[in-house]
Amino acid sequence: MNEQTVDTFGNEMMTLNMGPQHPSTHGVIRFVVTSDGEIMQKAVPHVGYLHRGIEKIAEGIPWQSFTPYTDRVDYLAAMFANHGWAMAVERLAGIEVPPRAEYIRVIASELNRIASHLVAVGAMAMDIGAFTPFLHGIREREKINDLMEELCGQRLTYNFVRVGGVSSDLTPGWDKKALAFIEALGPLLDEFNRLITGNEILVKRCADVAVIDPRTAKSFGLVGPNLRASGVDWDLRRDQPYSVYDKFEFRVCTGKGWRGRVGDSYDRFVVRVDEMIESVKILKQALGGIPEGPVMAKLSKKLKPPKGEVYAAVESARGELGYYVVSDGGEQPYRAKIRTGSFAALSAIEALSCGLMIADLVVLIASFDVVAPEIDR
Amino acid sequence: MSELFTFIQGRWDPAVTYPQIVWPALVVAYGVFAVTFASLFAGITSWYERRVAGRMQCRIGPNRVGPQGVLQWLADGFKAFLKEDLVPKEADGILYRIAPYPVFVGVFCTWVILPYAPAVVGADLNVGVVFLMAITALVVAGIIMGGWASNSKWALLGGVRSAAQMVSYEIPVGFALLTAVIPAGTLSLQGIIAAQGGAPWNWMVFHSPATFIAFFVYFTAALAEGNRTPFDLPEAESELVAGYNTEYSGMRFIWFFFAEWANLYVIGAVVAAVFLGGWRLPGVGIEQQAASLWLQFAGACLFVLKALVLVNVIIWLRWTLPRLRVDQLMIMCWKYLVPAGMVLVVVAVFWVFVERGMPGFARWVAFLLCATGFFLVGLMFWRAWYNIKYGGDRLYLKFMV
Repeated sequence: MNEQTVDTFGNEMMTLNMGPQHPSTHGVIRFVVTSDGEIMQKAVPHVGYLHRGIEKIAEGIPWQSFTPYTDRVDYLAAMFANHGWAMAVERLAGIEVPPRAEYIRVIASELNRIASHLVAVGAMAMDIGAFTPFLHGIREREKINDLMEELCGQRLTYNFVRVGGVSSDLTPGWDKKALAFIEALGPLLDEFNRLITGNEILVKRCADVAVIDPRTAKSFGLVGPNLRASGVDWDLRRDQPYSVYDKFEFRVCTGKGWRGRVGDSYDRFVVRVDEMIESVKILKQALGGIPEGPVMAKLSKKLKPPKGEVYAAVESARGELGYYVVSDGGEQPYRAKIRTGSFAALSAIEALSCGLMIADLVVLIASFDVVAPEIDR
Repeated sequence: MSELFTFIQGRWDPAVTYPQIVWPALVVAYGVFAVTFASLFAGITSWYERRVAGRMQCRIGPNRVGPQGVLQWLADGFKAFLKEDLVPKEADGILYRIAPYPVFVGVFCTWVILPYAPAVVGADLNVGVVFLMAITALVVAGIIMGGWASNSKWALLGGVRSAAQMVSYEIPVGFALLTAVIPAGTLSLQGIIAAQGGAPWNWMVFHSPATFIAFFVYFTAALAEGNRTPFDLPEAESELVAGYNTEYSGMRFIWFFFAEWANLYVIGAVVAAVFLGGWRLPGVGIEQQAASLWLQFAGACLFVLKALVLVNVIIWLRWTLPRLRVDQLMIMCWKYLVPAGMVLVVVAVFWVFVERGMPGFARWVAFLLCATGFFLVGLMFWRAWYNIKYGGDRLYLKFMV
């Protein structure tokens, strides 16, 4: 380690090891911070602490059996990871998914998006020092977990969206419970906004911190809320419609520079709060129009997609979650590559960290909403 | 102490006959009382704060040890006593070991001047306010020692942050207290209380516009000096792991927090004494209150009640607000609170002349400020009611068990 720790004026820098067991690195991520007291010169992310070789595992097991592994790609939003894999295999094998299954997929995904965003904004508030909003978020997420448990038997690693449809139909009365939950969520989000989103200290801490302009955002390959907060109007649900998203009316939330410049940390916070409200809209429409029918396409036990390759991406809570899958016509994938939002976001941190304070680095990491297993896979 | 002794002499003959025995006994008894009060307060507040936090965060909080978990702090303390006394290998052993004690002593020594009633006070120092500021400065020394001796970068950052923060915020604290000292004409806490009245419009906070603003300046700055949210940067969990006490464990860790919770009472008591009328009862003269045992007791209860209300407010703030950044903290101190404090002192001096020249006008302003104060409190309760009604959350008045 011959790192330059002396600046141009001959001042010695302090090297600070942040993580992998730091309270606000959101999992096991490590940052090597070079700082002049509180002001950082750079923060270099070191990844790999949670690498489980999920992509390699895919090469050794049958196509359908990989779905439970995708849960572990992003434990806060496992539904999207399931969905992406299912879509990739369906496109390869040319499987037609029943419409009822598509609706249930959308409903489950949007509920999962709300759950994930609640944790994201709550954790960001907690990293800024406000503990209460996090637990208010967790309380609502708990209700979503209960709904998910009733839907598929799991609270986090759902394994629900399978190749060809979903694992099980809605239980009787489930849609009414979900509807009651999203009706109640609106006032609770209002309360959340009154509690923290409009809080002047939070605004002061986040506004104009780590501003990312649209060009930089695109060049770093940021996706999802992080990209939209920079003012880039791009959402796979609208721009590359998959599943049945083209049937629903919703607004794509972009950063407006509410209290600072477009693309600052506060925009990333507000975009997530906004997206929850949009998800509620989608859920209301989807729950009102579920068609009857089967929830699983008729598939042979041993799936053998024809030779070829495909890229299928879903708009996950953390942005574009894409599967690049190659088939050699066998019973197992030849290669599967997972493209995740958190990994791209983490790459931007080193460039953005120069001149920030240590407290700002915490805000920056939290505002990117990175999840460690999604970075390392 | 001498007031208490005189008070006892007036009622108990042996105290007149054998002062050389009763006086030392009284000093020891009061010392034991003060330390017990501070320790019990710190312990019970640690439980109370966790319960309040639980209620605010839709969870329950500690409720297993004793009725409603009220003995949780004893269990925690006992557990901490049983822990190994761990000193990191690379740490400066001596400094590391003694660091918690200046913090503890700095906070607990304030009980020397904290009054309860006209006669119940450790020492009615004629430089009471100065003593208060001087003795609490020991806390900084302890925290820096802890941060430096731990030989950890996180602890060092916490210690340095704390040094900058506490030294800076002592200045607005001084100015705000001075604003109250000028109309009272004395630095003694008992004297400042005596200069106020029992009724709210006779309190120091409503005395003049200067003291009204000084109340908020003092409260904010005292929070910062006591390392409480939104100014808890020295121990900012999400940034500095645990700040200056990162490497501490067991009982040494508890000493730091013991002092922090005891400091809550110090903040509350000083605000109650300097700004909120202290132990004065409405409609009761000082001589009358000093002469009666029961009126003294009632005054002490009122005083502690006022302090506890403020402690409650501090706990609410802690669990509501995010934390400032270190530069914003300094900006707030040096750009807003310090200039504001300077202006307040000037206005307070000016108000002394207004009071002499136009007593009717001064009285009218006091009533107006009193009305404003109660309006602000009412507004807060109305906002709370609004949030409960429209937030979809229900208020369970029954204790959750």
